[in-house]
Amino acid sequence: MFTRRSTMALGLGAAAVTLAPLKASASIPTVEDAVADFTGGASVADEGVSVIAPEIAENGENVPVEVDAPGAVAIMLLAPGNPTPRVVDVRFGEASGAPRLATRLRLGETQEVTAYAQMADGSYKRGKAEVRVTIGGCGG
Amino acid sequence: MSNVRPRIRLPRSARPGDVVQVRTLISHPMETGNRRDADGNVIPRQIINRFTCEYDGKMVLDVDLGVSVAANPFMEFDVKVERAADFVFTWHDDDGSVYSETQHLELS
Repeated sequence: MFTRRSTMALGLGAAAVTLAPLKASASIPTVEDAVADFTGGASVADEGVSVIAPEIAENGENVPVEVDAPGAVAIMLLAPGNPTPRVVDVRFGEASGAPRLATRLRLGETQEVTAYAQMADGSYKRGKAEVRVTIGGCGG
Repeated sequence: MSNVRPRIRLPRSARPGDVVQVRTLISHPMETGNRRDADGNVIPRQIINRFTCEYDGKMVLDVDLGVSVAANPFMEFDVKVERAADFVFTWHDDDGSVYSETQHLELS
């Protein structure tokens, strides 16, 4: 008999195995790996990146989140409390008007949605916002 | 995949040099691969894994999406417009489909 926890662990393992060959950037299962992948281990300043999200999300299936990172060339958004934390990676091109993206997330539980930004000078910055989730949005 | 429909909102008017806000949404279930059906079988992952926007042949942004993006992925972002030109949007599906949409922006 499977407990909920063991079932989730199985699901995670299966997800990692099936996703790995498809896409390196989307398959990384842990927050630490994602951060190392994005920053290459460089130090990260806790400033200069705004994450705008509701304090309380009644429906975790659809949570509006906006990241604003002035001076950034790329952004990685993480939902550290989700089974697959890496939400989006954004690279801004020459026609971009501002390093900003608003999107909608699934959040499985209460967590600190965190954005990492790579700045034009090669440095890294980070910002976060806690979202309290009333009903989780990761299905299954 | 059927029933996938992109929707795009460009500003009604803009002047050269303006930074304009663009909103896009595509109807898509963004199946995570973590869910099971009533018989306990894993429902395979199928998501939009990449979205791009180009304006006047130049990249605006290139986004890799994971399964934590909500169904019907929505993106709002800013574009610097210099002249009347085409916007080209693409969405890449796990099943190999690429949905593309082109819209022309006139400047005043």
